[in-house]
Amino acid sequence: MEYRTQFGSLDNYSRGRVEPIDDDPKRYAFSNLFDVTAHSKPYEKVAVGKNLQYVIEAIRAEGTSGWRVADHDETALVMDGEVTVELLDLAAPGAVDPGTEGSIGLVGEPQGTPMGHAVARRGHMVLLPARRAYRFSAALPSVILLQTIFGRDTVEKWSTICQTMV
Amino acid sequence: MTATTTPEVGRFGYQSFSIGEFTFSRDEYFAYVIWPTGQHVMSVDAFLRALQRDVAWDFFYGIVNFDSVLGTMNHYGRVDLFTGRFNEAYRKAELDHQETFDTADIRPLFTSMLSDWTNEGFDPFASPSETGSAFGSKHGNNDDAVTRRRVTAARMVAVPGDEVLRTDDNGHPVNRMFADVPQDEPELHPAPGYEDEVCGYNLFAYLSRSQVTWNPSVVAVCKESLYCPTTEEYILPIMHGNDRVEWFVQLSDEITWDVEDRDTGAKRSKVIMRAGDVAAMPADIRHQGYSPKRSMLLVWENASGDLPQMIAEGKIPSVPVTF
Repeated sequence: MEYRTQFGSLDNYSRGRVEPIDDDPKRYAFSNLFDVTAHSKPYEKVAVGKNLQYVIEAIRAEGTSGWRVADHDETALVMDGEVTVELLDLAAPGAVDPGTEGSIGLVGEPQGTPMGHAVARRGHMVLLPARRAYRFSAALPSVILLQTIFGRDTVEKWSTICQTMV
Repeated sequence: MTATTTPEVGRFGYQSFSIGEFTFSRDEYFAYVIWPTGQHVMSVDAFLRALQRDVAWDFFYGIVNFDSVLGTMNHYGRVDLFTGRFNEAYRKAELDHQETFDTADIRPLFTSMLSDWTNEGFDPFASPSETGSAFGSKHGNNDDAVTRRRVTAARMVAVPGDEVLRTDDNGHPVNRMFADVPQDEPELHPAPGYEDEVCGYNLFAYLSRSQVTWNPSVVAVCKESLYCPTTEEYILPIMHGNDRVEWFVQLSDEITWDVEDRDTGAKRSKVIMRAGDVAAMPADIRHQGYSPKRSMLLVWENASGDLPQMIAEGKIPSVPVTF
């Protein structure tokens, strides 16, 4: 028997659903990350999951992002396409205040030592180490699922992305 | 409270086990539970699959319902063992029973029961198509399978010094249902001196090599945010009762979830998840999944020890967001 594994992509996804029996579908905050990123601006950090301060963000990677840095580890899981992740050892200490939650954007081209880069495709997970700057680039629209903490640039639009009706 | 293993071995070669006023025994086909106000019987293969998860996860987050009658509730240091507690009919009939034990007392009892009752050739973590039978008189054991080490990355799989990749050479061949999953790895180009920080791996390939089903493993950590992906085939052997919100991201294929009220078992909804779907499981439900083809599911947990108490006291809601 030959099996076919079904992954999703920006061009090919089939959204499931909540079928309530005695419940409100909004309680499940049900969305589809390909559907979300199909309608997102490049590098918009849209929360598709939230558990108090923690979030998972669906990001449409397209072109080159700005540089960002967080005070804690984050991970980037590529769900579609191909994304290059550049890492930078910042010259200026204290670019992000200790204890800051989520990442912050850095203005312009920060100074520092290039640490190298990773090229990640569907299913690949890349570590974004704490206090190291990073930026993404993608020649074609791609999708990243980012594990992080709710930050100043996290976007919430639950009523737009989630199933609200039966 | 003490746990005991009865020295007497039953007719079919299995030991019986007691803790508090609960007694567990098995024969060729069934597991039996007896308590002062009632008794319960389960097919022993289903019982062992549930017991395996409870042992491996050290009683997990919240409630592990073996079925609609028997289960455990974790208080993280203490464990409730119950029958009928989350079954409205049992409660009304006053047939329910519950006792609380130190984890240090109930853990070895469950571990011993799992070891003694699991026969050679039966792997409670494997899909039914990939293992032998749980039934019959006692013959051998499968301790290698029931004592698997759980993967718990400190930062991320493949980071130097952390959990390693799965390969053919370390006993993790690609599963038959994931033979088509690409095995390429990300291209890593570290500058000299940064080899330990430019890290990545193929999560989908990693999951395609999982030997087990319905067994979340920690592969990436952001403080108390844990990525716990797992591969799913057939039926989740427990009904997981939440003590906090948890999230599912369907990475591949499809799972249907039956969702019930956590306390009464009343049906609440079905949640059908396909690749790319994201859904929360509220803190006041229990859920059981059905995966017709082996699938990849990212279970995302907030491991904060404060959450159950905060939810119980109404300080935070049982849903993750309101809109």
